[in-house]
Amino acid sequence: MTSAAAVRLVAQRELVLRLRTKWFLIGTLVIIAVMAGYVLLQMSVFGDEDRSRIGFAGQATGLSERVATASAELDIDVDTTTVTDVAAAKAQLSDGALDAVVTGTAAEMRVLVKDGLNPRLRAVLTGLSRQEVLTAKLAEAGVPDPARVMAEANAAQVTVTAIEPNGTEDGQRLAIGAIMAFLLFMSINAYGTLVAQGVVEEKASRVVEILLATIRPWQLLLGKIIGIGLVGLIQLVAIAAAGIALALAADVLTLSGVAVGTLVWGVVWYLLGFFLYAALFAGSGALVSRQEDAQSVLTPVTMVLVVGFLAGFNVMIADADGTAARVLSLVPLLSPILMPGRIAAGDVAAWESALAIGLTLAAIALVTYLGGRIYQNAVLHTGSRMKLAAALRG
Amino acid sequence: MAFDVPHAGGTVPHAIEVTGLRKRYGDIVALDDVGFTVGPGELFGFVGSNGAGKTTTMRIMLGVLAADAGEVRFDGTPIGRETRARIGYMPEERGLYPKMTVRDQLIYLARLHGLATNDAHAAAENWIRRLGLADRRDDEIQKLSLGNQQRVQLAAALVHDPALLVLDEPFSGLDPVAVDVMSEVLREKAAHGVPVVFSSHQLALVEGLCDRVGIIRDGAMVAVGSIDELTADATTRLRVSVESAPGWADGLEGVRVVSANGGATLLELAPDVDEQAVLRAAMAAGRVTELSRHRPTLAELFRNVVVEGNAQ
Repeated sequence: MTSAAAVRLVAQRELVLRLRTKWFLIGTLVIIAVMAGYVLLQMSVFGDEDRSRIGFAGQATGLSERVATASAELDIDVDTTTVTDVAAAKAQLSDGALDAVVTGTAAEMRVLVKDGLNPRLRAVLTGLSRQEVLTAKLAEAGVPDPARVMAEANAAQVTVTAIEPNGTEDGQRLAIGAIMAFLLFMSINAYGTLVAQGVVEEKASRVVEILLATIRPWQLLLGKIIGIGLVGLIQLVAIAAAGIALALAADVLTLSGVAVGTLVWGVVWYLLGFFLYAALFAGSGALVSRQEDAQSVLTPVTMVLVVGFLAGFNVMIADADGTAARVLSLVPLLSPILMPGRIAAGDVAAWESALAIGLTLAAIALVTYLGGRIYQNAVLHTGSRMKLAAALRG
Repeated sequence: MAFDVPHAGGTVPHAIEVTGLRKRYGDIVALDDVGFTVGPGELFGFVGSNGAGKTTTMRIMLGVLAADAGEVRFDGTPIGRETRARIGYMPEERGLYPKMTVRDQLIYLARLHGLATNDAHAAAENWIRRLGLADRRDDEIQKLSLGNQQRVQLAAALVHDPALLVLDEPFSGLDPVAVDVMSEVLREKAAHGVPVVFSSHQLALVEGLCDRVGIIRDGAMVAVGSIDELTADATTRLRVSVESAPGWADGLEGVRVVSANGGATLLELAPDVDEQAVLRAAMAAGRVTELSRHRPTLAELFRNVVVEGNAQ
């Protein structure tokens, strides 16, 4: 059997067996449900504030489309309906089903509201009214094509240059970055631990001896890492995609480009981070022969992840482009969590991204060599916990 | 048309040669020049005390452990990764994935040994049926009784239709029914030309089953051969029953009384003593009701070469 076939078989077993477990499905659904709850909460707090329902009656009915277009230009959400019975419309105003009822002509609009008109909506309606009057006056003054003049006038725009281009979106971007960093931390930690547990399970049940009589240790290890890594990737993408879709649908999130970009970078960094930590977790797991002893050897690896995550996360929240965040996001063991967070929340130069990926790849090569060596030397060692130095020497 | 008689089961006879294996762990010599050959269709019993080197030898044969010196040849060529995939192996430390079902486990192991998906499924089903695991096939291994786990372990060693069987203590922990099933399967594999090497402490079982045995002591082979060969050079013992003539054999030249129990006396004869002379002496003493050549059992042989060897 070729190496590729052996690795694929091992990976396939891990993937199928773990995707089939109840906890994978339940865990993923629970996380998505929690996220949906969070999005709904955001929606009920901030959601409908800006949405206006306007009823048009009589002559004003023809204005509904123009009002909708003008509102959209100003980023105001409106629903327009036609009202036939003004008395009924008043009742709807009272109970909040409608925010405004427009009657009259374009030049002389009358707006009926419950207690006050949203100032931005008022500006839209006033603007339309003024345009209408102006068009009429232009025609009166003998201008040949007043509609064209108005179109030209409307097309005139100011040029805006922002000193901090993404300033207004900082809040959302930071939230996306923080959530991504957290998801990556959770995924790498959870699935890295699964790799270690898988290694210990094979040692504890002794099945490893049968496996190694037919395939090589590195094939078994690589297959295991790929299989479990894929399970984690599927979960990460499912959660992140569901989260983005929910948040976009609920209008809590408006930066779909940033969100999708972050997800793509998140996948890249998940793969880098998982491979980096998986070899560490596998090597550590191989040192012990019983699940009971696993915790003691996994703690150091988990600590690096947790401390790195907490320190890096706080630095990133404080200032995603500050010196501390920039430096920490280049440190190989921290990059996988901080880089994608910074890419979402701050402005990461291409060279920073490239350097972080390069350093992480180098770290993966080193850690995989050491972890693989420990694994090969320790995986058939049974009984007491094996000393790290002995496992490295072989 | 040439009519080739195919070997039953599709297997072709193979032989395995182990020569000059040496292995040290620090100052401890685990194996010192271990060697033996197992021919096609031969059942080879590998016996020795705990820690004598049986498991180490078997792990080296499987490539799970590296030897310091020596080699393992399969059909004349040094054994490699490809060949090892054709060995059925039952390690001393039993184990399968506790959370996999019997069927999935066997299919997975068959495929790891190079079987195509369909063949792996068929082979798994076949051994599940053969070993009486049909109503357990979709249960997780951890939910089976120890006896059934052992059966699955045997199935795991056989599922890829191995060309060689190396089994470390296959009979330990088996109930009498399972012992019979295991013996039958081993005989059947041997009948198809597969060399079978297994270790065991149950010497009576080894004696009944094996064509040849190898006895290992402190990492060195002290005896290799068929049980007949090994017992042939032992001193001749006669069991003679003579009615009402206690002490009849005392003083016979070249004869030592090993034990006297009622009328039955166990005698050990020096190499040049004629047993007819002993018979005549017995008949002279009284009515002879029994005379038989007493063949040492493997257990006695083992005790001689191992226990007495250790005492030296």
